[in-house]
Amino acid sequence: MKLELRDVRFQYPTGVLALDGVSLSIGSGEAVALIGENGAGKTTLAKLLNGLLRPTSGTVLVGEDDTRRHTPAQLSRRVGFVFQNPDDQLFARTVRDEVAFGPRNQRLSSGEVQARVDRALDDVGLRPAIDRHPYDLTAPERKRVALAAALAMHTPALILDEPTIGQDAGGVDRLGALVDGLHAEGRTLIAITHDVDFCLEHFERVVVMAGGRILADGPATEVLKDLERLQQAQVEPPELVQLALGLGWETMPHTPDEFAVLLANHRT
Amino acid sequence: MESAVIAVSGLRFRYAGAEQDALQGLDLSIGEGELVGVAGANESGKSTLCYALTGYVPHFFSGTLVGSVSIAGHDVTRTPVSLLAADIGLVFHNPFNQISGARTTVLEEVAFGLENLGVEQALLRPRSMQALRATGLDDLADRSPYTLSGGEQQRLAIAAVMAMQPKVLVLDEPTSQLDPAGTRAIFEVLRRLARDGRTTIVLTEHKLGWLAAFVDRLIVLHTGRLVADGPPRDVLAEAVEHTWGVGATRYTRAALAARRQGQLAAGTRLPVTLEQALEVLR
Repeated sequence: MKLELRDVRFQYPTGVLALDGVSLSIGSGEAVALIGENGAGKTTLAKLLNGLLRPTSGTVLVGEDDTRRHTPAQLSRRVGFVFQNPDDQLFARTVRDEVAFGPRNQRLSSGEVQARVDRALDDVGLRPAIDRHPYDLTAPERKRVALAAALAMHTPALILDEPTIGQDAGGVDRLGALVDGLHAEGRTLIAITHDVDFCLEHFERVVVMAGGRILADGPATEVLKDLERLQQAQVEPPELVQLALGLGWETMPHTPDEFAVLLANHRT
Repeated sequence: MESAVIAVSGLRFRYAGAEQDALQGLDLSIGEGELVGVAGANESGKSTLCYALTGYVPHFFSGTLVGSVSIAGHDVTRTPVSLLAADIGLVFHNPFNQISGARTTVLEEVAFGLENLGVEQALLRPRSMQALRATGLDDLADRSPYTLSGGEQQRLAIAAVMAMQPKVLVLDEPTSQLDPAGTRAIFEVLRRLARDGRTTIVLTEHKLGWLAAFVDRLIVLHTGRLVADGPPRDVLAEAVEHTWGVGATRYTRAALAARRQGQLAAGTRLPVTLEQALEVLR
């Protein structure tokens, strides 16, 4: 599922100009991270991509379709969205009903709904909580319920707003494995995140935003070593990049294992 | 260590209705002006410890408490939260739970806590503005708290507690909503408060890189028990040998990968910060 913004401006009713002429094309199956300081326009951009917001001017395309001509409900079958705050999203009385809501709305058979719910809860490590009330879970767990609900929709594109916030080390690792798996399946993935270490490890392309505009866009290992641009956007480089730059390397590793391979190469 | 400002002994706590203890016998002593980080997986007891250090456990969250908690001379388990507030501040994990809504501007929100402590009228504005400047919110002083972004609300929650100038400041994941620039600003303020102001600070945090770079002392909780306590480098290096769910910085992970590939001698001390990593991997 291709997603595209063409010269998009977006102004909130309060007068705040959140996006000031943004053009961006995300190809089918790409994994893209949006980074930038608070208030840079990242969440606004993401909400435009699934029709929750409509551009003040310019065009947003989901596949070939202009989001202005479709309802958010129609678009939600193609572009899933996991909010930063799960409490904006959860409403059902059990985890099962929460995750089953989307698939049931798609009028899938009950067997298919159940299979999707089980699979999604396995993916986020919450199968044992299937009969619990979402609000009896901890905040990080509720966030995983919201993620499972989006996963169960099997949308070709998925947007994750700050997925790592509040997750502990095990949760972040599980999320990374999930992102890698969805990417391998060919889903289009967009994550908004401050966690540049997570970005570098799991996203091939990084878009840096500042003041409602795109400041940089390219392969993660290139964008995340451009210290001047990162500083303009108030973003600090990932730890592995700082280490590689500190060692005087030109090539940046994505992962600790790649780091070790590059280290061996540099030493021979 | 000079006399402990925080002294916890044999602390066990079970929330009403829970099947097991959230804290399972904790001993902890912290001196004046220490900046102590608390790491641990979700549900390891970090938030419960924050509540116990500030009296919210057992006075607000009910349950069964055994052991003693003495903070800045108060027997916390027997003193109402209202009497602790002048000396002990808590910044909640979720800023939305903290903002009172009783006042209409950011400045008034910060001054509200001071008024409740009976601070002189003439001091309300300067002390509030000082806290807003320290957290980078002075430009937003006249805005409504509810028009702020999540990150700004989190800084407001910190400013409101800082303005009260407590002797002991406890923060539960204070930077969860903040970008790196905001996170750095908060850690720098905390370090300054601990060093100059002699404020004793305890904070929980998942961002290990920041803990490693800023705190003097790191403790690890695992299933309600204190399992490690010491300088961040020692504690985080020890953590990779256990299943505490603390994680590791990329510097540590890079060194571990290098070790697996035979690029780092087995006995080498593991790095947790950039400087340490450059030293052992150069």
